Amino acid sequence: MFIIKHKAIFFGIAIILMGISLVSMIIRGFNVGVDFTGGSLLELSYQGDISFEFVRESIQTSMPDAVVQKIGEHAILVRTSPLSPEEKNTLLASLERQGDFAEERFTTIGPSVGSELARKSILALAFVSLAIILFIAYVFRKVSRPVSSWAYGVIAVLVLVHDVMIPAGIFSWFGLPVDTLFVVGLLTILGVSVNDTIVVFDRIREHLRTNEEKHLNEDFATLVGKSIRDTMTRSIMTSLTVLVALLALVFFGPVSTRNLALVMFLGMFFGTYSSIFIASPLLVVWEKMNKKKQ
Amino acid sequence: MRKSIVSSLLVVALGAGIAWLTYWTGIAEKMPFRLGLDLKGGSHLVYQVDLSGVSQSEHKEKLDVLRRVLEDRVNGSDVSGVLGVGENVVQVQGNDKIIVELPGITDPVEANKKIGKTPQLEFKEEDPNYKPGKDQEIVITPKDVVDGKLVIPTTFENIDLDKKYRSTGLTGEYLKRADVQFDPQGQAYIQLTFTPEGAKLFAEITERNVGKTLAVYLDGVLTQAPVVEQKITGGTAVITGVTPEEARERAKELNLGALPVPISLVSQDTVGPSLGADAIDAGVTSGIIGFIAIMVILVLWYRLPGLIASISLLIYSIVTIALVKFLSVTLTAPGIAGLVISLGMAVDANILIFERMKEELQRGANVVDALATGFDRAWLSIRDGNVSSLISAFFLYLLGTTLIKSFALTFGLGVLVSMISAIIVSKVFLKTASFLVGRWPVFFKTGVSR
Repeated sequence: MFIIKHKAIFFGIAIILMGISLVSMIIRGFNVGVDFTGGSLLELSYQGDISFEFVRESIQTSMPDAVVQKIGEHAILVRTSPLSPEEKNTLLASLERQGDFAEERFTTIGPSVGSELARKSILALAFVSLAIILFIAYVFRKVSRPVSSWAYGVIAVLVLVHDVMIPAGIFSWFGLPVDTLFVVGLLTILGVSVNDTIVVFDRIREHLRTNEEKHLNEDFATLVGKSIRDTMTRSIMTSLTVLVALLALVFFGPVSTRNLALVMFLGMFFGTYSSIFIASPLLVVWEKMNKKKQ
Repeated sequence: MRKSIVSSLLVVALGAGIAWLTYWTGIAEKMPFRLGLDLKGGSHLVYQVDLSGVSQSEHKEKLDVLRRVLEDRVNGSDVSGVLGVGENVVQVQGNDKIIVELPGITDPVEANKKIGKTPQLEFKEEDPNYKPGKDQEIVITPKDVVDGKLVIPTTFENIDLDKKYRSTGLTGEYLKRADVQFDPQGQAYIQLTFTPEGAKLFAEITERNVGKTLAVYLDGVLTQAPVVEQKITGGTAVITGVTPEEARERAKELNLGALPVPISLVSQDTVGPSLGADAIDAGVTSGIIGFIAIMVILVLWYRLPGLIASISLLIYSIVTIALVKFLSVTLTAPGIAGLVISLGMAVDANILIFERMKEELQRGANVVDALATGFDRAWLSIRDGNVSSLISAFFLYLLGTTLIKSFALTFGLGVLVSMISAIIVSKVFLKTASFLVGRWPVFFKTGVSR
């Protein structure tokens, strides 16, 4: 079957993408938000004709390490180290002398809160992955030939690593902000994109069962290929509906959840790719390695 | 056959009924959607609690007491005056943090000052140099005559309190405690017990103010001015003329004293209301657009079953939103995103069923049988897929912050309802459809072309 026969190509694509993502994450790092580093975010809107450059300079004179960004037509975002409400008010007062500014949002996060959140996020990612391995291994416990039920769980999670690493790499490459909602997006991808993989595995399981009942001896690779072909349409369709919903969120949804929707969109996209082109072929490889051992 | 038509109509009626309940009845007004701060506008303050001086076993208790004290302050102080009690939230987070949410308050400097400080108790005496001006006297009008008796109004408008009263130096630091007591006639009064130094000071104050009023100030606001009847040396004072409820309130306020453990503000989030309105609009828009797009895909590809899935999706949306409203799930921007995402996922169960049905039809089964097999065989995938989503939702909920929890809740709720709606609602509709038009399989074939 096409996909199984050319699995090397598809593995190759996946590995290259993962490699690029990893390199980007190591070299460029992430644009980590105040949620994790601690600091203050001040979102301001303004009326009238005020030069953005001018505003940025005046903020940076009083606060040299402030990062000032333009977001939208009449709004700016100022990021600094943690500001007390009084310090924020002082900054606002000085700005107000130059124009009609309104405070839309002010967030301050102490550094200890930030690092605690980072720690908890990593733990959550680890736990969800573990829970999914266990869950799938349990669900596929009765299917121990020709690959053990653990194979299904472990491969599902390996595929998830791929699904999560590439969006992370994209965010790293483009310097998109990594904050709490980014982590929420990753955790959600873990739970949702595994659905696709389950659909294919279920079909494999069903074929294995039927073959056993009918005492048919079918080559595992062929069986897997058949399963992929059987389920490809439904994999694509189920992913399509979620992708459409996510696109609607990215383009029409609230500004604050835009990155969340983007992470999940990328995750679902690569998740579908990996369910069809990576997960099942990996099973075939696993089975071949088992056979070699025997 | 008739049973399934009736069931279908029942489901539609139920869906319509729930929608009506959610949006148009009086119940809908009495229970509005509970909006998070990022949508409503307001302040979200996180305090770190210093439990270092407290033994491990007492941690939870101290946190509870702290929570209640802060809640009293937040609800009772004039910070929240306009909003009323109940809108503000004080919650323990994790095992060493307190969250205070103040909807509508966008100047947290003021809020923080009032929350973090010790309430001020002060006794003030009448300034002997004070002469009320002509318009600074208590005005008695005919409505002050009740049942032939003159009731002296105890309002303090027209009196310049700052001039009338002066400090005595007797403040809350001399108060040991305040208790609610009842006299032999059953009248409530508040018993104040002073420290020894306070008792001495109080004796001096009362001695020189017999027959005059002594003002009791709490947090800079005059709460009452009882008449001093005699010099008091016992170190206790009594505030009379209070109803039992007032007595309890006052005693509670007076006993507030210092917070049980020190707290410090570690993070805050203040959102202006206009951002929130934009977010709600955007959320609803994206939901509608997503819904329409999904519907188009479904009908184009799956034809009649696709149409049925769309109706099922509509009912799913109605039920989920109704649940969010009536369970008072707090909606935030991520919460709305969670709903939109689960909208995209709700349809998955239907798709799995249809694809399976399609297979059976290709194998030559009739529509009714194909439907039954489709449901049976697809159920396992549906269940497993939803469980993994729920695993994510569960750990997300544990991760903790309000925004994350809101997402986890709406997402998880959406997944649960979608499982039910696919199995029950779609099944009913499809059964009816299969009976009505099963003779024409073309309705059930898939694909854009023939």
